[in-house]
Amino acid sequence: MSHSVHSHPQLDVQVERKFIPKQKDLGADVTWAKINKDVLRSLEKPRPVFWVIFFSALALFSFGVYCEVYQYQNGMGVADLNNPQVWGLYIATFIFWIGMGHSGTLLSALLHIIHADWRKPIYRYSEAMTTFTLLTAALFVLVHMGRLWQFYYVVAYPNERWTWPNFTSPLVWDATAIGTYLTSSLLFLYMGMIPDLAICRDNARGARRALYRFLSMGWQGTDRQWANFKVAYMTMACFLMPLAVSVHSIVSTDFAVSQNPGWHVTSFPPYFVLGALYSGCSGIITLFIVLRYVFRFEAYMTQPILNKLIKMTFAIAMVWTYLDLIEYATTWYGSDEVAKADLIYRATGDYALQFWGMIFCAMVMPFTLLIRFVRHNYVVLLIISLILNVGMWLERFQIITPTFAKSHYPWTWTAGWWPSWVQWGIVAGSFGWFTMLFMLYCKIFPSVSMYEVKEMVHEQNMEEKALAAQTDVHEAGLVPEMKGGQA
Amino acid sequence: MKKSHTLALYADMDEAANALKELKSSGMSGFRMEDVVVKSPIDHPELSELLGPRPVYIQWFTLLGVLLGPTTGLVLIASAQASFIYQVRGGRPVVPLPPDMVLTYELFILSGVLMTVLATFVAMKLPGNRSPLYNASVSEDKIGILVKADPQSIPQINEILGRHKPLEIMGDQAR
Repeated sequence: MSHSVHSHPQLDVQVERKFIPKQKDLGADVTWAKINKDVLRSLEKPRPVFWVIFFSALALFSFGVYCEVYQYQNGMGVADLNNPQVWGLYIATFIFWIGMGHSGTLLSALLHIIHADWRKPIYRYSEAMTTFTLLTAALFVLVHMGRLWQFYYVVAYPNERWTWPNFTSPLVWDATAIGTYLTSSLLFLYMGMIPDLAICRDNARGARRALYRFLSMGWQGTDRQWANFKVAYMTMACFLMPLAVSVHSIVSTDFAVSQNPGWHVTSFPPYFVLGALYSGCSGIITLFIVLRYVFRFEAYMTQPILNKLIKMTFAIAMVWTYLDLIEYATTWYGSDEVAKADLIYRATGDYALQFWGMIFCAMVMPFTLLIRFVRHNYVVLLIISLILNVGMWLERFQIITPTFAKSHYPWTWTAGWWPSWVQWGIVAGSFGWFTMLFMLYCKIFPSVSMYEVKEMVHEQNMEEKALAAQTDVHEAGLVPEMKGGQA
Repeated sequence: MKKSHTLALYADMDEAANALKELKSSGMSGFRMEDVVVKSPIDHPELSELLGPRPVYIQWFTLLGVLLGPTTGLVLIASAQASFIYQVRGGRPVVPLPPDMVLTYELFILSGVLMTVLATFVAMKLPGNRSPLYNASVSEDKIGILVKADPQSIPQINEILGRHKPLEIMGDQAR
């Protein structure tokens, strides 16, 4: 007796079947109850190394605060910032931190829009990374100004003295874009956490319970709440992605709309955006390895997910490399002799070490990601991800410092300028500030999205169920006319 | 008439779906399908389908946000610039539209996001009080079906819910 394929109700679910079975992102032993248990445990008892990281970061941050107070009391001179070296490490590090945040948005928003489910166990901490890197970057605007009380001049709001900000200045665009990005990222992070905060509320005691009760706002997981939540989350993701692109494009216009040699390049906005994604992805790999160990997330931060993350990082690194080379080629074959001289100065002058260091760390080192041993050895991978970010930090340094050191006017040349210890101290403090906030966040809030990992498990189970049903149908000989690839 | 509530907890989604199907087809009086609520640890479109249409209006608020935000923003920026109309501008426009578009775009995004968040909280009725029949296991791995009905219909509803292997059925006083 022959049966039509369509007559069998179990075949309504279309499942892709290949000769080589796909590696599952999560193990078969992950259940909904286990997810709750593991993630909630991470809030209570991380490995002792957590405290080592936290207090080291606190110490670094304290030193940064000391440097800032010293600079505030003695003036910007102690930072060795002077004309023409007016930006120094502060703006280089500001761009670095702004960039770091972009990959959080890439993972949480873009990959959410295209339903790339592998992002689910790792997007929450990436989004948190975005929020804290933006907070860190915002500090540099204040630090760099020196006169903190004048901050409100860069905020686009009217005042009674008619001293309006210049709305056509990229610095005002910057302040608005970063403010928008920070607000939206914070809301996106919080919104995505509400179902998980309800889980925490249901399992916590004492002060933590009160905190989670307040933050979860009475979420009960009703069908109406889920329906609204899904629409809202998708809508916000759609806003976040173009916003992230616009923010770093605007940061790039701080440079590109000026006439300084080496900056007046059309490809700067995409170059900056890709650079941001690149350093962010490296940062996510670093944090992946750290969190996996510190909070015992081995079941969720798995090798297949890491492989995908590494592939994405490598692809972005290659596009960034291409854009970087394009920038050099544009300058080299262009008619701006000063820009050409600046390029030669970068590669052979006082900052050649930083230039070639950037080339090695950010352009050559990504190729090590192609080696299987590197992808599977977490210590080596951790070191490489840090090297990639050193490369990206050097990139920001060598965009700013050599250009200021040797610009259009010879009488402003400050060859061999080097930042003072105050600048280095504040930069180090910013790393402490970020790490401290991030680790504190992971200790208080779930850094793995419980409900989304549950969705992954549910989908994996459904898929397996459907596959099993299909196998049963085949074994029973119900679909003799079907060919292998279709079944 | 005061309504009563009953909550059944299921470990299996298929059983919960069967319970909903039977409730839907029962046609009993004193109860409406719109008053049935499913509580679950994840979104279950399969179950939501059985509950009937549950429209979401958030996108209309988002639309309002993306229309009002940039319009208001551009008007504010342009009016601020226009207040310098008597200042010598060297031939440049008093209100330069291309650079103003940058801030307008940022305000477009910001107001869209803010209106979406606001609408979401209103639509989800948050912050809100937890129902007395809330059970913490629905945030872990169980599916809850909460039914609001006339007190005299509750026994019959409990009977239907009980036929599909619930882990527990809880009720409250008529109110």
